[in-house]
Amino acid sequence: MNWETVIGLEVHVQLATKTKIFSGASTSFGAEPNSQACAIDLAMPGTLPVLNKQAVHYAVMFGLAIDAEIEQESIFERKNYFYPDLPKGYQTTQLEKPVVGRGSVVIQLEDGTNKAIRIHHAHLEEDAGKSTHEGDLPHGVSGVDLNRAGTPLIEIVSEPDMRSAEEAVAFAKKLHNIVTSIGICDGEMSQGSMRFDVNVSVRPTGSSTLGTRTETKNLNSFKFMEEAIEREVERQIDLIEDGGTVIQETRLYNGDTKVAKSMRSKEEANDYRYFPCPDLLPVIVTDDTIEELRRALPELPDARMERFIHEYSLSTYDANILASNSAMSVFFESSTARSDNPKLTANWMIGELTARLNSENLDFVNSPVSAEQLAALVVRIADNSISNKMAKQVFDAIWQGEGSADEIIEAKGLKQVSDSGALEEIVTNVIEANPAMVEDFINSDEGKRKKKLGGFMGQIMKASKGQANPQQVNKILLQKLNELL
Amino acid sequence: MTIKREEIENLATLSRLSIDEKTITDVTDRLSSVLDLVDQLQTANCESVVNTSRPFHSSQRLRSDEVTENNRREEFQSIAPEIHNGLFSVPKMIE
Repeated sequence: MNWETVIGLEVHVQLATKTKIFSGASTSFGAEPNSQACAIDLAMPGTLPVLNKQAVHYAVMFGLAIDAEIEQESIFERKNYFYPDLPKGYQTTQLEKPVVGRGSVVIQLEDGTNKAIRIHHAHLEEDAGKSTHEGDLPHGVSGVDLNRAGTPLIEIVSEPDMRSAEEAVAFAKKLHNIVTSIGICDGEMSQGSMRFDVNVSVRPTGSSTLGTRTETKNLNSFKFMEEAIEREVERQIDLIEDGGTVIQETRLYNGDTKVAKSMRSKEEANDYRYFPCPDLLPVIVTDDTIEELRRALPELPDARMERFIHEYSLSTYDANILASNSAMSVFFESSTARSDNPKLTANWMIGELTARLNSENLDFVNSPVSAEQLAALVVRIADNSISNKMAKQVFDAIWQGEGSADEIIEAKGLKQVSDSGALEEIVTNVIEANPAMVEDFINSDEGKRKKKLGGFMGQIMKASKGQANPQQVNKILLQKLNELL
Repeated sequence: MTIKREEIENLATLSRLSIDEKTITDVTDRLSSVLDLVDQLQTANCESVVNTSRPFHSSQRLRSDEVTENNRREEFQSIAPEIHNGLFSVPKMIE
């Protein structure tokens, strides 16, 4: 039997505010445990929440970016459950009237086609603290750090519109691109700034009813997400084909061991007993505020891609890659502004630089080769100072921190010889030193002569210590050999 | 409206409350009577009344995104039952 996969995503996005959603405590990452948990975050008796305006504005900006309905009046609810990293005993969140309503996000698939993924809604809520169970702790004890408690999040809930792990990852990456482009999230996945819960079910191809779904929670990388979906789809299909049934449950995927296990089934699922939070009044977003935020909204990824095609005469392929990541876009524009050579910059970024960054698990934000350094290299390639082969050597040296392109070219004596007088002399010497090769060239059919040039080129490059400009040498060599015919 | 004994037991579990055998019948009866009152309220005609969860027309005041809180960890942790290396200690939550 053929099976169809159905996937829906819930995405938690940490908002890039300076302070918590309901308190004036800092949200900066990596502080001493519990040094950024104030009385409100700790749920001390007598404290009351005061909502952060910036968090509301960021949520509205996300809604505008995905062309969603903005609820002018939204309310906060309490979601009740007990866990040590949730000091209040409830999470303040939105259920009945979330701030962002229906919208959609267009993803581009590998075959070049577009697909719209519907967004059910996005709501504001607070993050919980963090529990540690390992490390220097007494036996039978877990430690709780509440620095993250109260960090503002938006939870984006998609419709079950994705049909493969590839589509789910494309959607997740597009969301990452949108939230970082409009500056509402720093996008640092390793710090938990974006976390994904995936709902997966399978059904016979052609069926219109949904199968029973499972939810795999808290995936914090695109790679883990793809693996977790693929494994879960396989597990469900095997289970059904062996005569079993999928049970609705929450699962956890361990990216290091590649093993997923059941966390809790529906029967044990919490009954959260939601009710409107009596400590918070309805949040009103006026038309004026919405319009103000709409006008100030930074460029969106799709618009940026169109602009790259027109402003820099890039191919759709190049523009799509460069605009698919906001850090990469910023890097590209900053580098191109200095080198004035968009095509060569794009080639180096998409090729060499991306490959190196990927192999060392780095991003354009923390690239060892800066936009400025790449520009200086591109300038030297474009003005024929160095060949492509030399450029790779220079690139390596810049990556290793050995200096700027010009410094390295100088230090390594890599400057390409383009002075025609000097080149003519080398070519003449090589021709004179190799009468047999010259003979062979003259006696060859015209069509085969081109192939014979390789032998001369090799010797000329050797004589010039690899510094001769190959295009120029080629021209001089042909001219000189043709004179002998 | 009658509330079932099992529902009380489930609610107690979710709320981390222990209700002993002797009082569970009494709690069940009392909560049922509260729900009876809710049933009575449901019969009121409120067709012309807009849904509201609050008694007055006012909206949430918003705060500007500025850090106003200092690190008071020492003070807060001085009243914690147990701490370890700056972390609040709790009974281990996973196996």
